[in-house]
Amino acid sequence: MALDKNQIAKRIARELQDGYYVNLGIGIPTLVANHIPPDITVTLQSENGLLGMGPFPFEGEEDADLINAGKQTVTLLPGSAIFDSATSFAMIRAQKVNLTVLGAMEVSDNGDIASWKIPGKMVKGMGGAMDLVASAQNIIVCMMHTNKHGDSKLLKKCSLPLTGVGCVKRIITDLGMFEVTPEGFKLTERAPGVSVEEIQKKTEGRLVVPDDVKEMVI
Amino acid sequence: MDKRVTDADAALKGLKDGMTLMVGGFGLCGIPENLIAALARSGVKDLTCISNNAGVDDFGLGLLLKSKQIKKMIASYVGENAEFERQMLSGELEVDLVPQGNLAERCRAGGAGIPAFFTPAGYGTEVAEGKETREFDGKMYVMERWLRADYSLVKAWKGDTNGNLVYNRTARNFNPLMAMAGTITIAEVEHLVEPGEIDPDHVHTPGIFVHRIFQGKNYEKRIEQRTVRQRA
Repeated sequence: MALDKNQIAKRIARELQDGYYVNLGIGIPTLVANHIPPDITVTLQSENGLLGMGPFPFEGEEDADLINAGKQTVTLLPGSAIFDSATSFAMIRAQKVNLTVLGAMEVSDNGDIASWKIPGKMVKGMGGAMDLVASAQNIIVCMMHTNKHGDSKLLKKCSLPLTGVGCVKRIITDLGMFEVTPEGFKLTERAPGVSVEEIQKKTEGRLVVPDDVKEMVI
Repeated sequence: MDKRVTDADAALKGLKDGMTLMVGGFGLCGIPENLIAALARSGVKDLTCISNNAGVDDFGLGLLLKSKQIKKMIASYVGENAEFERQMLSGELEVDLVPQGNLAERCRAGGAGIPAFFTPAGYGTEVAEGKETREFDGKMYVMERWLRADYSLVKAWKGDTNGNLVYNRTARNFNPLMAMAGTITIAEVEHLVEPGEIDPDHVHTPGIFVHRIFQGKNYEKRIEQRTVRQRA
């Protein structure tokens, strides 16, 4: 069975370590916050100028002056900090943020990522994605393995305009987990019940399959 | 020096067609609502607006798009506005999309007297096309230029008549950076107080960057994505 969005988020959450500062993108990455292991402390950074982001407010306690980068109303945790946008990207650019989790439209087997523009369609802008991928110490991309037409999103070369070059370290899809290596996408875990053959069939880029690929524990 | 003016209309004195403006805010959070409304009333046109976003159809900078007062938009994300999309696709509106961190730093550089700097964001992508690139300590960087504005329009929570500003929560965002980068910077505040009422240690934007200040009124503070959780 391929993973659903919550299971992808849950698996990513296991990559978090005590003391990490983490930036979570919009979509599946946001769900990671719901699965942070209770025995570790992780501080969430939101690039509009907030460290120590808490959960959504209770109804009636929303504050128009307190939002995350997705423009959703949020809360502050004890010990949080507010700052301007230049300071926010200073901590991103200087690699103070330990992990960035974001979605993508395409990833290539050398770690290029395309996530912001489909030529000929409405272009909404890259927001902070180019800054995040250019500087992050560690980037995990989470996405569906194929697009809605069934085409692979793990490619030899991205066909869409790039967000960043050679920056992706790890990818988690509904079918498995992959490391970007000089030899291509290395399959490190497969989703429960998903065969290596299925992953090979749905991966267009170079795929390295070790002899013993473990089944993912969710 | 007392920098107070009576209201938003008086604050915009001297603002002419074709000028470049910076407008603070992130989405609809921390936008200068009174100044945007006054701009719409003034009918000034052919504006270049530098702002992280372009508002929504009927609020924020969306109001100036609807009345076709904006010629060019420099922003990082413009996805919430159907009229924007229509004008962009029809070629009526020129759009320059800039990575958000680059946009912030370019405003800061403009306000700090730094004409250019090197940044890794966008290297190897189309936003770096035609720009100087250079390797420093084994990593590639792109040269980006400062941004400056004829008028910077910012919103703060509290300000004194000397122009010292304090922002509230994430309504700070681009406001302090844009405040630094305006030839004329106008601040609208929710609470205008006398000098001495703001602790100097708590000032976010020193008054030297601010030229005109007034207390805004009727703040709507619209929320774009109202997300809540249920009480247990």
